[in-house]
Order: sequence, then structure tokens, then C-alpha cells
Amino acid sequence: MRFTWFNLMPWPHLPDDFREKHRSVWVDIDSRLYDPVKGHEVYNNYLDLLEYADTLGFDGIGINEHHQNGYGLMPSPNLIAAALARRTENAAIVVLGNSIALYNPPIRVAEEFAMLDGISGGRLVAGFPVGTSMDTNFCYGTIPALTREKYNEAHELIIRAWTEDEPFAFNGRYTKLRHVNLWPKTVQKPHPPIHIPGGGSVETYDFCLDHTYSYSYLSFSGYKRAQSLMEGYWNRVGERNADNSPYRAGFAQTVFVAETDEEAERLYSEHAFYFYNRCLHVFPGFADAPGYRTIKTLQTGNVNQYSRTVAPPLTWKDLVDGGYIIAGSPETVRQRMEHLIKSLHVGNIFLLLHVGNMPVNKCMYSTKLFAEKVMPHLRDMFPEHADDNRFWASPLPKRAKPAPLPAGFGTEPLPVPQAVPAK
Amino acid sequence: MIDLIKLPTHHGEIHVLQGGTGKDVVFLHGASGLEADNPFLVKLAQKYRVTAPLLPGFGESAECASIRDMQDVTLHTLDVLEALGLKKPILAGHSMGGMIAAEMAAVAPNEVDKLVLIASAGLWIEAYPAPDIFSLLPKEFPPLMFHDAEFGQKVMTADININDPAFLIPFLVNNSRTMGMAGKFLFPIPERGLKDRIHRIKARTILVWGDSDRIYPAPYAHAFKDAIPGAELVIVAEAGHMVPIEKPNPVIAAIGRLG
Repeated sequence: MRFTWFNLMPWPHLPDDFREKHRSVWVDIDSRLYDPVKGHEVYNNYLDLLEYADTLGFDGIGINEHHQNGYGLMPSPNLIAAALARRTENAAIVVLGNSIALYNPPIRVAEEFAMLDGISGGRLVAGFPVGTSMDTNFCYGTIPALTREKYNEAHELIIRAWTEDEPFAFNGRYTKLRHVNLWPKTVQKPHPPIHIPGGGSVETYDFCLDHTYSYSYLSFSGYKRAQSLMEGYWNRVGERNADNSPYRAGFAQTVFVAETDEEAERLYSEHAFYFYNRCLHVFPGFADAPGYRTIKTLQTGNVNQYSRTVAPPLTWKDLVDGGYIIAGSPETVRQRMEHLIKSLHVGNIFLLLHVGNMPVNKCMYSTKLFAEKVMPHLRDMFPEHADDNRFWASPLPKRAKPAPLPAGFGTEPLPVPQAVPAK
Repeated sequence: MIDLIKLPTHHGEIHVLQGGTGKDVVFLHGASGLEADNPFLVKLAQKYRVTAPLLPGFGESAECASIRDMQDVTLHTLDVLEALGLKKPILAGHSMGGMIAAEMAAVAPNEVDKLVLIASAGLWIEAYPAPDIFSLLPKEFPPLMFHDAEFGQKVMTADININDPAFLIPFLVNNSRTMGMAGKFLFPIPERGLKDRIHRIKARTILVWGDSDRIYPAPYAHAFKDAIPGAELVIVAEAGHMVPIEKPNPVIAAIGRLG
């Protein structure tokens, strides 16, 4: 199993009446709700938490890209990843991912991911989302019906740039480059493993299978509601006669751990409500720009999780029973996680252990309990696939560590200043 | 009586509505599409021979993925007129259709000599930013598109029930086909450089605008008037952006100024 401690980096200071007074947490969120001085603290807290997860033995630490979004403070996840690459040692850095259609030219993604892979010594797991309609179309202006074509072209350019050693000309419709010659290149060969976050587009299933990429379903509605979508994916895997390694799939789940089920409710319910009621308050008009989703996908009825105004779950019991969250004592969480892993057949789990406006101390508490009392019991769920490393980072065995600055660094002594001879 | 013509084009098969007798008027519809029983079209066909090509993705016209931008759709529509043997018709367009018609007149100034732009898209005035029609909810359209929101409601949303999956999926598919295509010219800002080409228009031009157009308000009408030499502006009272539906007679009368 691969457990990634994932942080969306939500803004934790949305007002109590956010839902009533504001139409959307995304795209046209009132920018006056952001306080840069508080933001300084929030960013540093979130970096601390990601770094903390590395010390507890999580396989990965995960981040993603959103724009103009009250629950995501990472328009540039690569900046966060760069900071993490220096202060973490072992965890894979899972950037899930860069919306590659939005980078102009997209060679920028090949460069930055190569830099991250270099700095981290091959710890990068690269995500290539098409990007939500909110980000891609409404915030970044990509024409909805051309989004996928632009994405596919960007993907081709990045993979060629990573894998070809001779300079080449790239005559794309959206990007034309006469001299593609990537410098630097990735540590991992032929390139870092790639995960594709998807929301039920059938085209994305095939794209993952064509290229041996892992399909990640990053929903916030939990494992019970994910059943039919993941079944669709595994059916497609079967139809294509691909092996059914659970590492072909990833799933995001909100999790809270405490000593007892009661303590979990007492400690965490306000933060769960904050997330589900305020952070997911997206104006439905921004959910799916017409043309963004393919006709084929629309016909399957897998409409976006934001596109219908559904009343948010109101009670802790709703959240737990509906499977939105997995919460409780280590034993309760272990049982539910086991059920999730088996029923969805997923090897990559993205754990949302920081939720909404959760303060650092509670998050550390829940995280530590998960790492020590839950994770070890879930390690060997798929022993027959234990050797499948196709979908995970392969770091260098010997990696550089940040130098202890006050003690001095480097292997050679510094030059001794010479007195300037008097004339 | 409006007939349907199936026309093969370089990009795929499209459907064309045609009816009536008299001088040729070509009508290019807006992003809300056009059906054979459209009351404006039916009235127009009582006076002219009307030809209304359905843009790719609209009605039964193929989606034509190879149409990606303004140049593609402009040349496509010129090709459609040629294939239909229409020489120098009165070329009229509403909203997005006006934008395409204006481009055609700018790109082929010697082939378009009579132009009618009705509540046309194509320019952008920073002080009067057009609403983002791609993020509107169905119920938000009528008050923006019509002078009389109640009438608009009846026309636009009477049969919409998004809580019924049997309705929702075909609705989303159609919306994706039509607005997906419209987005290639209108998203995220309905301006594709017409201002740099509009000076090439030689056609005698009539501009028709509803006096309460809340998509492209009056300054847009004046911007077109200023940019096209000799253009005449007809303001229609008590009409919004959907002026052909709301007040068909004055629109047809304005077209009549060209013959």
C-alpha cells in the first residue's frame, strides 16, 4: 500500500455565514476574505504538517493545484513541492498535479518537474490533471471544448521532452517550439511515475491504460459513493486485458483518528462541517463549462460532483454513515479503511488528514494516530502486488541532505583569505 | 413552410433551414440556436427566401471538431453560402451569428454587400463587460436576455427540469454541443480581433438593437456604428438581447431597408 498524506491547503478563516453571504468558494470568491498576514502563518503551518508526515513514515506527501479557490491555497504546487524537497527525506513528493494545459508553453511543466525530481533525488510522483472546469476554464480561460485537445498536446510534448535525447522541433496546434531540448532532465527514468486525477471521464480511463498511468479519483464524497465510478474503471481495465494491480488506482479519503469514536466526533466535527459546508460551497454555474466534458462522458450520467446543488450533510452521523469521512478510534478507522481498500481495489490512498480549519495540534494528533495505530495494519493488503513499482517513485539510494548551515558545509575547507601585499 | 437541407461540408454534414420566396436573406443564429418553428424565422420567410444554416453542433448539424476558431467558422460559413449558390444575399446575424456575419463581411468584403447585425457579439467594451453566459444557471437567462423577463421565462425555461435525469442528460448533451461550439468564439470573452478587421467591411450595414439589451448594451451598438462606415442603427423599443424573438416585426422592417 502507498499512503500519501495530502493537504489541499484550505483557507481556514472563512466566516461562519460564508454559505449564506457568498455564492462561491471558487472562481469569484470574495478576495477580501484572504488576509495575507494570516496567510503567512497558514502556509508555514501547512508546510510543517506535510514535513511532519514525512517523519512519521507516510509513503508520500501530496499537494495539488487550484486557482481562486477558498479550499486550495496552491495556485503553484511546484513552489510548495520545492520547499518540501529540501525539508523532507523519504516520502515521495506527490504533485497531483500540474494542469498541463494551462502552462504556456507546457514545456515549463517538464522543466519544473525535472527540477523537483532532481532536488528531491527522484522522489517525485507527477500528476497530470486535465484540471477542473473552475480552474481550467473559468479561472484560466481555456476554451472548454478545446481543453482536452490542448491537454493531449501538452502531454505529448512533456513526455517527448523527458524521454528524447536529441533536440526536436514540436509543431503543435497550441504550442510551436523549434528547439525542444530539456535541461535539466529527470532523475527517474524514463520519467517519474504519472498519476491522472479523473472524475469519471471514460476517455481518462483509456488514457491511463494506454500509458500505464495510475488513475486517481479525488472525490470528497467518500468511498461509498465512489463504488460505481471505480467499478467502471476496473471494468475498463478488464475489457482492455490489463493486469488488475491495485496501484493502477488511487483514491482520496477524508480521515479523522482519535482514541475513541466519541473523541473523534468531539475533536473534529466542527472541522468536518467547515469543510463540507463552507469549502465545498461552489456556485453550480462554475461546475462544468459547456463543452468541457465530452459527450460520451455526459451520456454515462457521471456529472460533476458540484453540478447539482445538493444539501450538504448536516450531522456527524450523516458524514460517517454516508462514508464521506472515515472517523473514529484506530480500530474503527482500520476496519473502514480495509473495507475501502478492498471494495475499491485501490493501492494508492490519498489521506485527507488535514480538513478544513483544523488547527495544527489536532491535525498532528490525528495524523500520528493514523501513522502508528492504523497504517501498520493496512500495509499488506495486496501481497501479490508488492513488487509493483510502476506507479511509484524510485528515488536514488543515496540522496543529498540539506547541509547543517551553522556547522558549515561542503567537503573542502573554505579558502583562507590572503592579506593583500602592500605596494 | 421551412424546409431542411442536409449539406455536406469540409468539416462534416450540417443542416440548413430554408423557406419562403423572394430576395435571399441568410440568417445566422445566435448561441441559443434556431428551430424550424422559430417565429422570427417563420415571419421572415413570409417576405424573403430565408436560408439559415445551423452552426455545427446545433440541431442535427455535426459537431465538426475541426472548427476551432473564428477563422474556421468564418470560412466554413462562406463555403456554406457558396455551396448553396447564394450570391450576395442580405446577410443577417444575431448575437454570435452577427459576429460571424461581421467577420465574413470583413474577410470577404467583395462578396458581402448587404449586412444586418442584430445585437451582435464581436466587440468588447471594458466599461460594459458582457455577462459570462457560460456560467449562468438556466433560471438566470430570461431576465438578462429579454426585456420582458416573464415572456423570456416562457420561451426559454418552460420545459426545463434539471432534477429529472431523463431530462438532464439530453439537456446537458445538447448544451455541451451548442455552447461548446459557441465557446470557441465567445469564451471567455466574446472578442476575437474583429476590431482589427472591421474597417474592411464594405457592405451597406444596418444595426438592429433592443433598447434594453443587457448582454451587449447600447454602447456596443454605437461601437459597431462608429467602426462601419455608413452603418445605420435601428433601436427597437421594449426589446432585450433576444430582439428577433421579442419584437420580430421591427427587426424584419429594419432588414427591409436593404431591399
